[in-house]
Amino acid sequence: MKFSLMVNEGPYNHQASDTAYNFAKAVLEGGHEIFRVFFYHDGVNNGTRLTTPPQDDRNIVERWSAMAAEHEVDLVICVAAAQRRGIADEDESRRNGKDADNIAPGFRISGLGQLIEAGIQSDRLVEFGD
Amino acid sequence: MSETKKMLYINRNAPYGTIYALEGLEVVLIGAAFEQDVSMAFIGDGVYQILKGQDTSDSDMKNFSPTYNALGDYEVTKLYVEQESLDERGLTVDDLMPLVYEDEDDDWAEKPSIVVLSRTELAGVMAGQDVLFNF
Repeated sequence: MKFSLMVNEGPYNHQASDTAYNFAKAVLEGGHEIFRVFFYHDGVNNGTRLTTPPQDDRNIVERWSAMAAEHEVDLVICVAAAQRRGIADEDESRRNGKDADNIAPGFRISGLGQLIEAGIQSDRLVEFGD
Repeated sequence: MSETKKMLYINRNAPYGTIYALEGLEVVLIGAAFEQDVSMAFIGDGVYQILKGQDTSDSDMKNFSPTYNALGDYEVTKLYVEQESLDERGLTVDDLMPLVYEDEDDDWAEKPSIVVLSRTELAGVMAGQDVLFNF
């Protein structure tokens, strides 16, 4: 089965990202396909490489990046939500006249159309958040 | 993409306490370009999103309620409002914005977009969807 996931909450503050990650892992282990993981609302904060959690805790951002590297999972951050919250790749940073970017490896920034497309193309779109 | 899916955007949150309503509406507007079979539901505090006479001037937040008037032009013409959610908040359909659309199959006659459904009826609408977006 082809799944897409939508993550609507930031890391650490809310369990949604952990649950989404565990769900994604189970999907892949079950031999299913992940079409896309779309990060929206505060969920875009899952994609900053500047996250520095205490060493004895899980690194949520690196965990997503590792999954993308290992399984070629498409991790998409919504551009409009990202702009509001200060998540930028090099292009976005330049376009908006900022002095830095912070996107983590394996993530890419794109539009809301990617979410709609995920809904159309996937057998199931599963949402994680409140 | 030739496949058409039935998509329901479920709005559960008040318009200004959190950003879910505003960013949810942005998804609906972008999604309109994909020409799917789209509808919206307003349940719980979500009914406050389409309340008449919203005024945010004291809170420094953007009053985005006029955007709901544009939904008809985006061919989002089915706005389901849950009766029980209105009742529980002491509201009636007259407290809501008179949202309309122009029916191209009926000589562009202006028709109301809002349809009030009972909780049971709305559950039936949800069960008939391919994709649910929750905001």
